[in-house]
Amino acid sequence: MKPLTPVAPAARLALGIAFFIVFVAGWALATFGGFVSKTFLADPLTMVRSGYTLLATQGFGWDIGWTVWRVFGGFVIAVVLALPLGVAMGAYKPVEAFFEPFVSFARYLPASAFIPLLILWAGIGEAQKLALIFIGSFFQLVLMIAVIVGNTRRDLVEAAYTLGVGDRGLIRRVLLPGAAPEIAEVLRMVLGWAWTYVIVAELIGASSGIGHMITDSQALLATDQIIFGIIVIGLIGLASDVLFKWVNRRLFPWAALGR
Amino acid sequence: MSLLGAEVLNVRGVSRTFRSGQGETLALRATDLAVAENDFVTILGPSGCGKSTLLRIVAGLDQPSSGEVLLDGQRIASPGADRGMVFQSYTLFPWLSVLDNVCFGLRERGLGRAQQLEIANGFIVKVGLRGFEGHFPKQLSGGMQQRTAIARALANGPRILLMDEPFGALDHQTRELMQELLLGIWEAERKTVLFVTHDIDEAVFMGSRVVVMSARPGRIKLDRVVPIAHPRHYSVKTTPEFSELKAELMEQVRVEVRAAQASAVAR
Repeated sequence: MKPLTPVAPAARLALGIAFFIVFVAGWALATFGGFVSKTFLADPLTMVRSGYTLLATQGFGWDIGWTVWRVFGGFVIAVVLALPLGVAMGAYKPVEAFFEPFVSFARYLPASAFIPLLILWAGIGEAQKLALIFIGSFFQLVLMIAVIVGNTRRDLVEAAYTLGVGDRGLIRRVLLPGAAPEIAEVLRMVLGWAWTYVIVAELIGASSGIGHMITDSQALLATDQIIFGIIVIGLIGLASDVLFKWVNRRLFPWAALGR
Repeated sequence: MSLLGAEVLNVRGVSRTFRSGQGETLALRATDLAVAENDFVTILGPSGCGKSTLLRIVAGLDQPSSGEVLLDGQRIASPGADRGMVFQSYTLFPWLSVLDNVCFGLRERGLGRAQQLEIANGFIVKVGLRGFEGHFPKQLSGGMQQRTAIARALANGPRILLMDEPFGALDHQTRELMQELLLGIWEAERKTVLFVTHDIDEAVFMGSRVVVMSARPGRIKLDRVVPIAHPRHYSVKTTPEFSELKAELMEQVRVEVRAAQASAVAR
C-alpha cells in the first residue's frame, strides 16, 4: 500500500462489503459463542427473525413510514425557509450582519433540549416532531448556505458584471448556479442529522415510528427488536444518502469534472 | 496612425490610492490616456505598476480616487456590457457549456435563443472552437478556455475590449498561437482594444500603439506608435523595426523594474 494511491472500483466495493461481513461475524461470535448474555445482546439470527415478525405481524412498516414522513416533512420545511435566508445572507452583507450572530448562537442550542418546551407548546403530536427536526436542521442549513454563497469566486462575479448583469441577474445566474452543487451536498449532510433528531423525538411521547418501537422494546428487554430498529434506520439513511448523491451527480455533471 | 478616428475612451487624471491599516499607498498617479476608435493599445509595465488597476478602473470594477473615465464622451461609474473584459484567470462559468458561456451576455440582453445561437456560433468558429460547443470549461485546456473567454467578450459587441494579461497563465507556445489568433480577429473586426501585458514581445507584436508605465506609483512614461503594417505575420518579430522598438522598450522597462526592486528593498 502506498499513501493516497486509489483503489479499483471493484476492489473498493469488495473491501466495503468485507467489513460488514467481519462486523456481523464478530457479533455472531460474541453471541453464539456465549461470551455475551442474551439479555444484553441478541444474536443476529434472532434479530432477523424478530425483524420479520415485526414487519409481518406488528405493522412495523407503518412505523417506518411515519418516521420517514416526519424526517422529510421537517427537513423540507427547514430547507424551504433556510434557502432564501441563507442566499440573502450570503449575497448581502448587511443581511448577514443582522442575522449571522443570532443564527450562530442558535445553532449551538441542542435541539433535543427543546423537547420539553416543544411538548408544552405543540403537544406530543406531529407538530412537535416536525418542530424538533426543524430546529435541528434550520440554523445549520442557513449558516452553511450563507457561507457557500458568500464564497462565490470574485473573478466570476466581476466577469459577469463586465458581461452586463445587474444585481438580481448576478444572484440568479451566477451565485445560485455556482453554489448549487455545494448546497446540495450540505442538504445531503443535514438530512443525515435530521435522522438522528427524529429518533430522539420519537423516543419521547410518540405512539408510532421507529423510535417508538425502540422504546416499547426497551420495556420488554427485546434487544433483538432494538437492534433491528437501529439497523433499519441505518439502511434508510444509507439509501437516502446514495440516492441524494446520485441525483446531485445527475443535476450537476460539471461539478464532478476535474476533481 | 493615432488619428484613426474619434476617441472611444478617454482617461482623464485618473489616480488610485489604496488605504490600509498602515496608511495610504498611491498605486496609480494621475494618468491621462486616450484610445482612438479601432486602435489596439498595449499597456506595458513591470508587475505591480498599476496597469491592471488602470484597466479595472476603465472596466468599472474599481473606482478612481480622482479623475474620470469617459466612454464615447459619457462618464462611466460602474461595469457594463459596453466594456468587455478578458481576465488573466480563467473566468468561464464552470456550470455552463462553451456555447452557453458565449451566450451569457446575449441572454442577459434579452435576445431570443435563435439569435443568441447565431451570434455565439459565429464567434465560436472565429476562435476555432467549433465542435467544442457542448464542453464544460473544466474539459478544456487553458488556451481553449481563454479563446472561449475572448468569444464571450466579443459576442457581446462591446465598444472596447479590455484584456488583462489574458495569456499570462499560458505556456509560451500556446501564448504565441493565441497572439496570432487574437491579432487575426482584430485585423478582421477592428475592434478597439486596450491590452495590458508585461511581455514586451507581446506588446509590440499585438499593439498598434504601446504605452509604457513606470514603477509604482504608476504613470505613463512613454507612448509609441508601432511602425509595423497590418496584417502582421509572426515573422515580423525578426524584422529590424520590431527589434529596434523592442530594444527601446526593453531599456525603458528595465529601468522601471530596477526602480521597483529598489523601492521594495527600501521598504
